[in-house]
Amino acid sequence: MSKNNTVFIGKNKSFWDRNRRSGGYLLKKTSARTAVSIIRALLLFGLCFMIIQPLLTRFSMGIMQEKDLYDSTIILLPRNVTLDNYRIVAELTDLKTIGGGWTFHALLNTLWVSVLSSLFQIVSTTLVAYGFARYTFRGKKLWFALVVALIIIPPQTIQSALYMNFANFDVLRIFTLFGVNADGLTFGQRIMSLFDGTGTGLIALLTGQTWNLRSNISAYLIMCITCMGLKDGLYIYMMRQYFQGIPTSLEEAAYVDGCGTMHTFVKIMLPDALPTIASCFLFSFVWQWTDIFYARLFLPSSAISIYSTQMSSMVTRMGRYFSADASKAVVVPNGRQQQLISIAVLICSIPLIILYIFTQRTFVESLAMSGSKE
Amino acid sequence: MSRDRKLITMQQRRARTGYMFILPFIIGFVLFMARPLIQSLIMSFNDVVLVPGQGYSMTAANRTYNILGIEMMLPLDNYHSAFAVDPYFNPRLVEEIGRMATNTIATLVLSFVIAVILNQDFKGRTLARAIFFLPVILSSGVLPGIEKQNEFYDMMAGVAESVKGAGGVNISAALQDLLQVSGVAGSVFDVVFQMIDAIYDIVMASGIQIIVFLTGLQAISPSLYEAADVEGCTAWESFWKITFPMVSPLLLVNCIYTIVDFFMKNDNRVMERISTVMYSDAKFGVASAMSWVYFGVALAFILLSSFIISRAVKSAQ
Repeated sequence: MSKNNTVFIGKNKSFWDRNRRSGGYLLKKTSARTAVSIIRALLLFGLCFMIIQPLLTRFSMGIMQEKDLYDSTIILLPRNVTLDNYRIVAELTDLKTIGGGWTFHALLNTLWVSVLSSLFQIVSTTLVAYGFARYTFRGKKLWFALVVALIIIPPQTIQSALYMNFANFDVLRIFTLFGVNADGLTFGQRIMSLFDGTGTGLIALLTGQTWNLRSNISAYLIMCITCMGLKDGLYIYMMRQYFQGIPTSLEEAAYVDGCGTMHTFVKIMLPDALPTIASCFLFSFVWQWTDIFYARLFLPSSAISIYSTQMSSMVTRMGRYFSADASKAVVVPNGRQQQLISIAVLICSIPLIILYIFTQRTFVESLAMSGSKE
Repeated sequence: MSRDRKLITMQQRRARTGYMFILPFIIGFVLFMARPLIQSLIMSFNDVVLVPGQGYSMTAANRTYNILGIEMMLPLDNYHSAFAVDPYFNPRLVEEIGRMATNTIATLVLSFVIAVILNQDFKGRTLARAIFFLPVILSSGVLPGIEKQNEFYDMMAGVAESVKGAGGVNISAALQDLLQVSGVAGSVFDVVFQMIDAIYDIVMASGIQIIVFLTGLQAISPSLYEAADVEGCTAWESFWKITFPMVSPLLLVNCIYTIVDFFMKNDNRVMERISTVMYSDAKFGVASAMSWVYFGVALAFILLSSFIISRAVKSAQ
């Protein structure tokens, strides 16, 4: 019976024949579908091109000689090709010693700083997210509201306070309240000393002075391990969503079989959550790689040269670099400056793009898994 | 009796374990978020001077105000210099807020449309998804800030425009002229054209939002569409009756993300100004005052938009 039906519609009849039988419906349907797919293709092509195009422009501008920049007949294809610009940028951004060999100093620093801080971030945020997803305790709603607040509060609001805190690092600044170094302070001022960073703390009490943690990475790692690193609120939120989606029966079975809390977490939950953790790690790595806010706050370029800070301060070094006399700076034309900056941007983003090509699935798909239960 | 007590302690132990898990966050939030927040609020009311070796000293940044004929000393001098003395802060704040409002709406619409398209079945879908997600990498951190300063691109674009201007037309400007001549254009069109001109920024800022919408779309069960199809719904109807209501809760998440992202972007000119005041001029008090003003504005926007969107979503469902 069903066979007869398909014969009636006529798989082997011509398109126009079938169209006539359907009373023009088939033609209308097919042309609408074709139009939609053509419009869609055009739209997608245009938008994708817009995303890719700056990369191509940067690349073609990077291999131009300086005189090509001022030639208005040249827009994309260079007339005089050179790779010398890359050498100049490398020397300006601490990838290569001037006149010496390639050390990739700034990029290697960026690499280990990013890996280390992402690792610290992910370890702590995973633990916290698990705690939020699986345990009930008093004040949980409040603390989770503070996680959301952490996402919303721009870290720029506290940057001056953080700067002060870590330039004069101390723990437990409560001793002024109890009368240490508090000569002539009123009680109100003593209470204020808890908050405004002037109170004497444990380190000052023992060693006589505060520590300047801005010169090494420890300050930033302290922030990361306590979930206050770059976008940590977001990772906690994402992983909590994921953990909540895993059925509890597995853990209950593990508890019944005598597994401890940590053991259950490491052996049962972690393997399950690995894709989400990996994607959070990738996000944090990539964002750390290009980050300038925390880098400028905690890692001044005099201490550790990170590529992002090198890149942003590159322009100020150009004048000295191009002058023959090391004591005087020359004026570098704007076009030339921008050409060198765009090469630096290219150098910064190429490792990330390569990483993205290989891990694209982890990036997109596992975010999809964690986001599906908003 | 003893069994009851054991049950309670079990619960308490679970609670204690939970607290152990979130302990890093508690420590971090108290030490490196709550305290600095209070500290920077205090700093915004004070003149802060760095003292090498022992931190900094603060004196109240007082300013005399004449309120209702009574002379009053209020520690608002930093806020005064942010609003009334600094030549860049006010105009940039207004400009950025305007840009944020239009960009947020445009980002939400665009990312929703793109997510709907990317959810359809067509050749090269994987590649298109990969490319649309690329901005998450390419417009993070320092990169967009540097690109914004890239006057050379503007210069190049200017040259190209003037070359073309001799014989050709700038389409968006021509269209705008046409509309203005025919009397249709109003301030609404200005906003629309502003969005069109900012399309690059908007696409670059909508990577995450596209993914969030996409996951929402994929979570819709196909059987809903089948049922609608059987009942005779057109694709347009099922879009508004199924797709939109199912995805609209994500609108709030995306809206908040977009606003927050916009406020923290490196190419944000208010942020740029705050950084300059802090690092170059070393006016920590003024910088704190500026960031508090900015944070207040951001918070107001987030609250306002979440209120509007949650009302709209409720009425849509």
